[in-house]
Amino acid sequence: MGDVKKLEKRSKTPLLDELEKGPWPSFVTEMKRMTPTKPYAQNILEQAEQSYRDKRTHWKHGGIVGVKPYGAGVIGRYSDLPDMKTPDVHTFRIIQPAGWFYRTEKLRKLCDIWEKYGSGFTNFHGSTGDIILLGARTNDLQPCFDEMLEAGFDLGGSGGDIRTLSCCAGPALCEYSCFDTLDVYHTLTMEFQNEIHRPRYPYKFKFKIAGCPNDCVAAIARSDLAIVGTWRDPLAIDQKMVKDYEKDGTDVGDICKNCPTEAISWNGKKFEENPKECVRCMYCLNAMPGAVRPGMERGATLLLGAKATILNSAFLGWVLVPFIKLEKPYTNLITLARKILNWFDENAKTRERTGEAIYRLGMRNFLDAVGLPAVPQMVYRPRANPYYFWKPEELMQGGK
Amino acid sequence: MSKANIGPMNYQLMLPPIIQRNYGKWRTHRIIDTGVIEHVSESGECLYTVRAGAAKIISVHGVRDICDLADKFCDGHVKFTSRANIEFLVAQKEKIAPLKAELKRMGLPVGGTGYSFKTIIHCPGWLHCHTAVTDSPGIAKALHDALYEYFFRDDLPAKLKIAVAGCLNMCGAIHCSDIAVIGMHRRPPTVNDEIVTKSCEIPTLVASCPTAAIRPKGKSVEVNPDRCMYCGNCFTVCPGMQMHDPEHDGLSIWVGGKATNARTPPAFSRLAIPYLPNNPPRWPETIEATKNIAHAWLKGAKQGERMGDWIERIGWERFFELTGIPFTNKHIDDFIFSVPTFRTTTQFHYTDNA
Repeated sequence: MGDVKKLEKRSKTPLLDELEKGPWPSFVTEMKRMTPTKPYAQNILEQAEQSYRDKRTHWKHGGIVGVKPYGAGVIGRYSDLPDMKTPDVHTFRIIQPAGWFYRTEKLRKLCDIWEKYGSGFTNFHGSTGDIILLGARTNDLQPCFDEMLEAGFDLGGSGGDIRTLSCCAGPALCEYSCFDTLDVYHTLTMEFQNEIHRPRYPYKFKFKIAGCPNDCVAAIARSDLAIVGTWRDPLAIDQKMVKDYEKDGTDVGDICKNCPTEAISWNGKKFEENPKECVRCMYCLNAMPGAVRPGMERGATLLLGAKATILNSAFLGWVLVPFIKLEKPYTNLITLARKILNWFDENAKTRERTGEAIYRLGMRNFLDAVGLPAVPQMVYRPRANPYYFWKPEELMQGGK
Repeated sequence: MSKANIGPMNYQLMLPPIIQRNYGKWRTHRIIDTGVIEHVSESGECLYTVRAGAAKIISVHGVRDICDLADKFCDGHVKFTSRANIEFLVAQKEKIAPLKAELKRMGLPVGGTGYSFKTIIHCPGWLHCHTAVTDSPGIAKALHDALYEYFFRDDLPAKLKIAVAGCLNMCGAIHCSDIAVIGMHRRPPTVNDEIVTKSCEIPTLVASCPTAAIRPKGKSVEVNPDRCMYCGNCFTVCPGMQMHDPEHDGLSIWVGGKATNARTPPAFSRLAIPYLPNNPPRWPETIEATKNIAHAWLKGAKQGERMGDWIERIGWERFFELTGIPFTNKHIDDFIFSVPTFRTTTQFHYTDNA
C-alpha cells in the first residue's frame, strides 16, 4: 500500500525485498513504511532478514511480561541475536469487537497509540481473532495498555485461560444466521472477563461461534466448545425465487441430485423438501441463496473438544448437545459452559485440551459430570468393542 | 489505573446505520461483480460488501489507508473477515466503482468471492515466533502471487482455501484446509543441559513428551531418538530442548481438509508431500508443488467438489497417480489413531504404484 521512499541505495534486506515483487500486497512493503520514523521497526525487519539468511527464527521463548491488573494478553518475546539493539519485542492481543466490525475513528485512535508506543506493526487479525500488535518494548507495555484501555480497547487471552472468542458476521450481514452470533459473542466475553484476563486453567479453552453449519469461523475445527447455528423444522422455501434461479440458468434438478440425503426434489414447478431426511448440510441453501433458507425453529448445535494437532492428534468437535435454543440472557448456555469449564479445570492435566482430557477419561465420565444424557447424535456409530463399564448402582437396578 | 475488564467494544456501536436498520432481516445475497456481494434486506434495502485482499501484517499507515477509504466510501465503517480480508460496507451502489478504482490504485486486489481462491491464513512465522520453522508470511505472499489469477475467478470447482503454518502448533485452522503448508522438524531436539538445568522443570518436561522419549539424566534429561517424532512440545515447555536445525528442517504439504459442514462433513488435511526444502525468500519448490496439486483438482473435480471431496471420490491412490507425488512410508500413519486409516477392504483402484 503506497510507495516506500528508498532511504538507502543498498538495501539491508535484500532477501525480504524479493517479497516486494509480485502482484499480491506485500507485508515487507508495509513493514518498511514504519522504518523512517521507527528505528525499532528497522531492527525487527533486519532480524527477519537474518532469519531469511540463516533459515531459522531468531526469537526466544517469552519471559514473564504483562500489564496490571491482568495475567494474560501480552506475549513476551526476546531476540536471540547478541547485537540486536532492541531485544525486547512483545506482543499485545487486543480483543476485537464482535464480527470484526469497526468504526474508523476507533481504528485511528488505536493506530495513534500504537505508533506512539510500539513498532507500528499490526496483524488484522490473529488466528484466534484478536487484533495483534507486534512489537512493544518492556517499559512501554503499561503506559501503552493504559492508553488503549482509556480509548476502549481491552486485552484478549493467552496461556491457560479462556482465549479470545470469535464469531461470524451473523445477523449483521447474513441471512443464514440461526441466532445472534454477535450478541452471544459479546455476552459470553463479558461473562468470562475474569477467566479471559487471569489464567487459571490447565491449558487454553476456546469458544467459537458460527451462525450456521457453513461455519465461517471454523469453530468445529478449533474450539473446545463450538456453537454452530442450526434449525429443526422444515426449510423455508420461496418457490418464486427457485423458479427465478432456474430461469437464470441454475440447474435446480442437478442441485436435488447432489443432495447428500435425497431430501429435496424439483419437478419443474415445485421445489419440495422431505424435512425428515434433511441433515442441514447447507448445500441447497448455498446454491440458491434466498430461495432456500433455514427453518423458523432455530438454535445451535454444541460440539466439543476440537483442537489442532499438538499433542494427541487434531480433533474435530463432536456433538455434545444436538439442539439448544439461544435466547437472551443465554442462561442455559452459560450454565453448561461453566460446568464444562469446571470439569476441565478439575480433570485436565497441564497443557491438555478438553478433547484430550475426554479422550483419556471417557465421554461417559464427562457426560455424568456435566449432567447430559448420551444420545445417538453424539456418534457416527456405536462402539465395536465390549469394554464398557458399569457402576455398582446400575447393577443394583438390575443392569438396565 | 483506569478501569479494567471492559471487554471488547460494543459491536452495536460499530455497525453502520444500514446494518442496524436491517439487523437479522437479511433476505438474500448475490455476487454482482468480482469481490462484490449484494446483501438484500426484507425491507428492500441493499448493502454491498467489497472484499479486498491485503497483507495480513500491515503497518499503522496501512490501517489508516483503509480507514481513509472507509471514510470516503462507507461513512467510516469497515469490517475484517475471518480470512483477514478487508470488507468495505458500501450503502450506495454508485460508490462501488470509485472505491474499486482506488483499491486498484493502492494495489489491493478485489476478489475472493464465490468459488475462488481465498486469502491465505497464516501465522507470523519468523516475524515474531520462537517455534516457527519457516516464515509463513513469506510463503503466503509467494503463494498469493503464484495463484493470483484465481482470486478473481468464481468458476473454480469450489472454494480453494490454503493455509500456512510455521510449525506443528498450526495456529489457524491449518489442519482443515484444502491445501496446507506446514514447517516441520526432522531431528530430535538437542539438549542444552545448562538451560534445561537452569530454567526448566524436569517433571513437566518429561511429561510433555507424547511418546515418552524424554527421561531424566542427572540434573538434566536425555532423549531416546528412536521414540522422538519431532513434535516440539518439549521445546514449548523448555527452551533447553533445541529443535531448530536449518540444515534438516523443511516443509510439508497436506491436502483435502475443510472446516465447513457444507454438503460433506468437516475433514482433516492429510499428508501429500512429507518434505520440501525450506527455501526462502520465495520457496520455489513449494510453490510448484502447490500449483501442481491445485491444477490437478481444477482439472478433475466436479462442480461443487472441494479438494477433499474430489480426492475421496476418485480415491487417494489415484490422487497420488494424477499428481505424480511419490507415496512413501511416511504417508502411512504410525501414531495413535493409525489403524482406522488402513484400507480394510479388497476394493481399491490399481494405479502405477500397484
